Amino acid sequence: MTAYLIRRVLALLPVMLVVLTIVFLLIHLIPGDPVSVMLGPDATLAQIQATRQSLGLDRPLYEQLFKFYGRVLRGDLGRSYFLDRPVTVALLERAEPTLVLTACALLVAVMIGVPSGIIAAAYRGSVWDRALMLGALLGVCIPGFWLSLNFIYLFAVRLGWLPAAGYTSFLVEPAAALRYMVLPAVSLGFNQSALIARISRSCMLEVLQQDYIRTARAKGLSQGATICGHAFRNALVPVITVIGITMAILIGGAVVTEIVFNIPGLGRLIVSAIMRRDYPVVQGVVLVTAAAYVLINLTVDLLYAFIDPRIRYD
Amino acid sequence: MTEAAVDGAVAGSAEAVSPLTEALRSTWLRRISRNRNVVTGALILLVLVLAALFADVISTHSPTRLFPANRLKPPSAEHYLGTDEFGRDVYSLVVHGSQISLLVGATTMLLTSLGGIVTGLLAGYYRRLDLILMRFMDGLMAFPAILLAIALMAARGPGVWNVIFALSVVYLPRTAMLIRSTVLTIRELDYVQAARALGRGDPAIAFRHILPNCLAPLLVQASFIFAYAILAEAILGFLGVGVPPYVPSWGNVIASGKNVIREAFWVSLFPGLALTLAGLSLNLLGDGLRDTLDPRLRVQ
Repeated sequence: MTAYLIRRVLALLPVMLVVLTIVFLLIHLIPGDPVSVMLGPDATLAQIQATRQSLGLDRPLYEQLFKFYGRVLRGDLGRSYFLDRPVTVALLERAEPTLVLTACALLVAVMIGVPSGIIAAAYRGSVWDRALMLGALLGVCIPGFWLSLNFIYLFAVRLGWLPAAGYTSFLVEPAAALRYMVLPAVSLGFNQSALIARISRSCMLEVLQQDYIRTARAKGLSQGATICGHAFRNALVPVITVIGITMAILIGGAVVTEIVFNIPGLGRLIVSAIMRRDYPVVQGVVLVTAAAYVLINLTVDLLYAFIDPRIRYD
Repeated sequence: MTEAAVDGAVAGSAEAVSPLTEALRSTWLRRISRNRNVVTGALILLVLVLAALFADVISTHSPTRLFPANRLKPPSAEHYLGTDEFGRDVYSLVVHGSQISLLVGATTMLLTSLGGIVTGLLAGYYRRLDLILMRFMDGLMAFPAILLAIALMAARGPGVWNVIFALSVVYLPRTAMLIRSTVLTIRELDYVQAARALGRGDPAIAFRHILPNCLAPLLVQASFIFAYAILAEAILGFLGVGVPPYVPSWGNVIASGKNVIREAFWVSLFPGLALTLAGLSLNLLGDGLRDTLDPRLRVQ
């Protein structure tokens, strides 16, 4: 397991190097002179020169790139012009809502997806199966941000059950925080539950065709005992991978959900940074989420290898 | 050997056995046209394409002219789907929005397919290039898709072609990796070895013998990328970083509906339904094509 772990971590180094390079190049994709774009039309020539020097944009590209690597390795993501503080501080301030939203949405996705998949597989071909799989197909197709708007209209505007938008920390007011989090978490999680349901169903069906399940049934075990005691645990392995992938996708989805529900997380940070042309913040958010994405995928791979030892010897 | 494998092997050496290939191709088409998912998906897509092509004919009002006096009117005989906060007709906006969605979706699909074929063939065929190309693709895949698209739009600024550029960059690695893995499998097959023994050059083997066998998985992937791209375009528009706000696109209309959701739910409801329908058609098409073209991948 240790050798596998080292191999997997080493394999990440080139990936992170490419990620860093892409994030660095973002500034250079700006059409024309990036500094004039950042400072806007009212900037004087002297200001432009000064900013260009302070950002090191007057140096050769390779020199800028290596300096960028060095800075990021030291944990320095630059300074936000607009917020007037280091990007790392701005990111830390906004990370909590995004993490909470992602975790709650994952919980919703698993709680809807796994039981739906298992029920559909257990009653294959029945009305339940068809209805659940139709729901899963719709779940894949319905855009999450649009579903959020419809939820707001129905549950906040018409029925008045839940707040339409906003955020409170669970550490400050847990009850209010929960009320604020229900709609965002459900609308973000619903889409992903569809993928989990589809995979759970097909994994479960595969396991249910195995000989040992037939043996369990021949022994006279009930449907419930067969499914819960014998099939479920073996079907779980690929499902865990999908749950990991789902978590990574949710980080991206959270950006959009935050805008709809006015949650002050990383998503709102990046969108307002784009409007203010605050590029160091844009780079910071993208870099941090990519790093999180890579780490989650690594964890999933390791977890998978831990559960199923055959993978380690690949 | 499975039917699909026979299909693949024969399609690869097309010149030698063309009558047989013709026969197989017709069963291939017949199989696709018998699949209920493919037919339903294709029909919905056809309706959307027709709406986009004849948008000027079937829309009842100009999608860009503002009538402040008419703002937020509910659906009626005059305005089938109501009006938005600027008094624009939502039905006409939705009809014209299909043009942007389909343009972005189809162009992104084409560009990622072409880019994916070139990258995938090069990586699958030349080991040295493989290492560099695939590390780069891994790097691109390491970003959450929508965030990379947002970041690219932040750098390039709003505009249809910038959206297409951003989404093509984001979705290219998926196609490139698919083609590469298919090439790696096929290049070891006997008929490719036979072609090599007959003295065929690399380009001829790649394009004549390997590429045709990559087309089935590519077609399935392309229909899903079409769906992702349409959805991503709407998300970018919704966030205000996609096509400029004055262009009628589904994402832009949903975004303007967000501001008035309390008074006028219809503004965001109908473009969202159109978006769902487009996603449904392409997902049905993709699922159906996968079931017919690659029975091994069929979801049970």
